[in-house]
Amino acid sequence: MTSFFDIPIQALMGQLMLGLVNGSFYAILSLGLAVIFGMLNIINFAHGALYMMGAFLAWMALDYLGIGYWPALILVPLAIGVFGVLIERTMLRWLYKLDHLYGLLLTFGLALVIEGLFINAYGVSGQPYQIPAELAGGFNLGFMFLPYYRGWVIFASLLVCFATWYGIEKTRLGAYLRAATENPKLTQAFGINVPIMVMLTYGFGAALAGFAGVLAAPVIQVSPLMGSHLIITVFAVVVIGGMGSIMGSIVTGLGLGVVEGITNLVYPAASNTVVFVIMAIVLMMRPAGLFGKEQ
Amino acid sequence: MNASVEYLRIRDLHAFYGESHILHGVDLRVNRGECVSLLGRNGAGRTSTLRAILGLTGKRTGSIMLNGRETIDMATHRIAQLGVGYCPEERGIYASLSCEENLLLPPQVGSRGMRLEEIYEMFPNLAERRHSQGTRLSGGEQQMLAMARILWSGAHLLLLDEISEGLAPVIVQQLGQVIGDLKSKGFTIILVEQNFHFAAPLADRMYIVEHGQIAAEIAQNEIDAKQELLQDYLGV
Repeated sequence: MTSFFDIPIQALMGQLMLGLVNGSFYAILSLGLAVIFGMLNIINFAHGALYMMGAFLAWMALDYLGIGYWPALILVPLAIGVFGVLIERTMLRWLYKLDHLYGLLLTFGLALVIEGLFINAYGVSGQPYQIPAELAGGFNLGFMFLPYYRGWVIFASLLVCFATWYGIEKTRLGAYLRAATENPKLTQAFGINVPIMVMLTYGFGAALAGFAGVLAAPVIQVSPLMGSHLIITVFAVVVIGGMGSIMGSIVTGLGLGVVEGITNLVYPAASNTVVFVIMAIVLMMRPAGLFGKEQ
Repeated sequence: MNASVEYLRIRDLHAFYGESHILHGVDLRVNRGECVSLLGRNGAGRTSTLRAILGLTGKRTGSIMLNGRETIDMATHRIAQLGVGYCPEERGIYASLSCEENLLLPPQVGSRGMRLEEIYEMFPNLAERRHSQGTRLSGGEQQMLAMARILWSGAHLLLLDEISEGLAPVIVQQLGQVIGDLKSKGFTIILVEQNFHFAAPLADRMYIVEHGQIAAEIAQNEIDAKQELLQDYLGV
């Protein structure tokens, strides 16, 4: 049997695949955080709760309304996006003139409230969500077995991440967004409706989290705590990649997922902490993060 | 030109930055097609007057009529969409945008905006550097870019803050020609200037700003007669 440093190639490939799947979620979530932080200067602690809501809405849509996975993949992010817009309009916008800390506190509180409500209604045990029939089964690649759904998760999140990157870096609307991120007042003085853009940016970041939630529903148990389990790692990803860098959050998300997967193979006990060790090292060497700009 | 048609009328304008009261009842008017210069010492309130027109200061009270519309309670982007183009003192070139993205940033208002080819004809350097990062341009190029940007937008009232500052004499001369050009095309211009010799030949009238108020008004043909007054206020 082929092996790599005593590690069977199947196991290595399997962990790489798992790492890429986890990395896909890190990438979408940290991308949303980066976009929101760039525009609103708010560290969105509610991001994990929005991701959890995405998964739950998909589950509820199927269970109560019979709405399947594919429509949910479109409808749920829209719903979470609208919810994000409501949060921005009714709460966050009152905080822009205050210190960043208040935004962090508010979103942290929101996350606790949302999580609490779901725990109250559904308990902490997970709800199962079936993999859609079209994506059941997998390929046998010879050296490993690739479940279709895992492949789809990686493909779909890469697609969404690069579409977001393209939209921000290469289009007219993206230029407005970059300008408003760099100097909101001046950008408004050029006739661009910056308050609306801020609102839509938060909605878009929330929708990304909702999208990740729907993608995640069939691979993990849908549980009120799934967001808070993931979000701490995602924050570490954002710190490593550099706050506010779009490409940075995508590359770092995927990369750290893979690093985690490999660590799981080499030294399983460290797999939960390796990201934080990397974070500490990066902070010592490059305080602005791998892709961040020093200010 | 219809020089007697009032385009901008400011009455008793007070403005604040947080707690500090920075404009203390500014009164001025600018007619359509006129070039008016605001002169004064640093901190007298010239830049704040421009910023207050666009709602970029904190609280404002009084009245700012723009082409017959009251704008004192309007949001900044709404005022800009009425056709106000702003060229800030620090030029406001974005580092995260390329030269051309900077140029095309303002949404066009009405149909008065210059076409891209016309702009590149007027500022050939910008055409050459269109793909460069905005802040990689030289100071002079950045100033040209800031001017070109408001010409692209189709704004009619141009608020130009210290555009000659820190530039080589030959560039300042070019800028003077650009302003002269714009005047003859009928733009209405407010020029905030430290450089009296740059502003004097361009301005139809001058206001002297002192302590957040208009202290004096001087017409183009009175400049020679009022040298002493200018000396007093500006030390020129």
